[in-house]
Amino acid sequence: MSAPSIFTRPARLAAIAPYLWMALFFLVPFLFVLKISLSQTAIAQPPYTPVFDVAEGWEAIETAFATLSFDNFRLLVSDDLYVLSYLRSLTVAAISTSILLVIGYPIAYGMARLPKRWQAIAMMLVIVPFWTSFLIRIYAWINILQHDGLLNQILLALHLVSTPVVWLSTDGAMYLGIVYSYLPFIVLPLYATLSKMDPALLEAANDLGASPRQAFWRVTFPLSLPGIGAGALLCFIPIVGEFVIPDLLAGSDALMIGQTLWLEFFTNKDWPVASATAVVLLLLLLAPLLLYDRLQRRQLERA
Amino acid sequence: MTEDIAKTAREADSPQSIAQPAAGTPLLRIDAVIKTFGQFRAVDALSLDIHAGEFFALLGPSGCGKTTLLRMLAGFEAPDAGRILLDGKDIAQVPPHQRPVNMMFQNYALFPHLNVRDNIAFGLKRAGMSKSDINARVSEMVALVKLDGLEKRKPDQLSGGQRQRVALARSLARRPRLLLLDEPLAALDKKLRESTQLELMELQRRLGLTFIIVTHDQQEAMTMASRIGVMDAGRLEQVATPRELYEAPRSRWIAEFVGDINLIVGKLETNGEAYPAIARRIAIATSEAGTVYVAQPREPLTKTELCVAIRPEKVRLSRRAPASDDVRAINRLEGVVTDVSYLGGMTSYKVKLDSGAVLRSSMANTARLDLDAYSANQRVVAWFSPEDCVVLEQ
Repeated sequence: MSAPSIFTRPARLAAIAPYLWMALFFLVPFLFVLKISLSQTAIAQPPYTPVFDVAEGWEAIETAFATLSFDNFRLLVSDDLYVLSYLRSLTVAAISTSILLVIGYPIAYGMARLPKRWQAIAMMLVIVPFWTSFLIRIYAWINILQHDGLLNQILLALHLVSTPVVWLSTDGAMYLGIVYSYLPFIVLPLYATLSKMDPALLEAANDLGASPRQAFWRVTFPLSLPGIGAGALLCFIPIVGEFVIPDLLAGSDALMIGQTLWLEFFTNKDWPVASATAVVLLLLLLAPLLLYDRLQRRQLERA
Repeated sequence: MTEDIAKTAREADSPQSIAQPAAGTPLLRIDAVIKTFGQFRAVDALSLDIHAGEFFALLGPSGCGKTTLLRMLAGFEAPDAGRILLDGKDIAQVPPHQRPVNMMFQNYALFPHLNVRDNIAFGLKRAGMSKSDINARVSEMVALVKLDGLEKRKPDQLSGGQRQRVALARSLARRPRLLLLDEPLAALDKKLRESTQLELMELQRRLGLTFIIVTHDQQEAMTMASRIGVMDAGRLEQVATPRELYEAPRSRWIAEFVGDINLIVGKLETNGEAYPAIARRIAIATSEAGTVYVAQPREPLTKTELCVAIRPEKVRLSRRAPASDDVRAINRLEGVVTDVSYLGGMTSYKVKLDSGAVLRSSMANTARLDLDAYSANQRVVAWFSPEDCVVLEQ
């Protein structure tokens, strides 16, 4: 008989479920992508070689394995197009995340200081936009920002400008769209950290001679760093891979890596290069992901 | 009322009589302070003087306003009316960070992101002290509360008792004119609480500081404080030394709130000198205990509806009635023991009197083999001296 376990069978199943999920829906697809990234394009169905076919026997697979190469990755490094796309993605994500922090922090701070019953309402207001399709909200922005859109009409009516301003297809429009879309992702973790904070800590700081401003910078701010980290990563990571917003709101002169990937995949039909792009993107994001994981782990240990 | 009792009580309280209210201007004067929250009057026109060097306890049930009063002294709440004078200067509207007052918080409110050293140094840095002065003061504080070697620890790496010490060191570091302690020992277990009480008293006396402690624990207030202010519904019911509070409560409410007590309701007998041989006694006719003789209170009674209060340890039991000429035993009541609780140092009895009323008595277990132990259903005589009774007006 096996040793008695404190875990019942369903409990054990629940414990491995997330790993099972990850293996099935992340690891396996990633291995497919990795394999394709090492292949070569071909005018075929599927559009790359070699194709592993178990039916052709072990030797065929072995020879197919030998044809795999890192050529696509070499291309990514040698061609400016890709490097610039990666750099632009990282820059856009960094700038957007900074703007999000500057706007999101005061919102979260204000929310956490509202009377309890108002906090729930404020939280609703932050979440409510999610009830509409993301794509529709971005199209709404196109409507507002276009040549004869709402914004220009208002500015003209108020005689603030004499001719319509070009808003759409600019980096400004893109940042607006990103900040607008990702605001809840930064507000909610910040709010969670700030509202958990014991108000007695601020009183203690005041009591020990700190003015309200000093109390904020010496107590509130350092204690909200985990929330800042979580919120920043929660925004930074998806923004790096963002495709829809830059495609619809930004100009076409500089591409983010998501757009480049889309082009390779759908326009050039170059699945191997697209896959290589995706693999490098993942490796780039692995660093902040691991950082995020460590932050969360530390918070769990604290609690 | 009983001024001489109060005086002897104070004198008898030798270790605490050091912190006697001195003549001259008080360190802190609370003058007709009112604080309301909505319809609720948390502090109701309260006035109180506290002198330098006192260890003052604000005692009261939860919701009596003691914490609100303390928070007004710290500056976290502003009074709606009245003045708070510290060294003669009104600080009622001064923000907390500009007051020479520090507070030790109930759950310590230690900064979780700072280590012990930085927690203690927090207030010193805000005061703009030089680095070397801060270092010296922190070391002094660390030594004072015996935290040596723990300076680098974060609060979550400390035990409850150690956290309590950090909080104390942090609140003392700025050398406040007045230290406020909000239930400082409530989070500690009983043993640790008792030893910490003594340490706090020692510290207060050694540093010559003025402490105001808020507590709902009367044992704690009695042990530590030189004076206790008992609060109820936003008002001070009585301000007195622990002994005075216990032996000469000013009202029935105080008598019942502080310690155990037997209360016997009765009426003043008009021909009160029923015992002409014994001067200065008054007789009170009660339905529960017949006529009870009590010492005449100092201040003349204004009402005839009275209440006799007698502490259980002053009610003695015996198998046979004491000698009838024993003046200490002129109050004697017969009954049956219904409950015996052995508590180690003493035994507590409940005696059902023949009138049906229940009288509590507790007797010290001064010998290992107690011949004076009574058992349930035993018939006894309960007796007490007129001097041990307190007369309260209804």
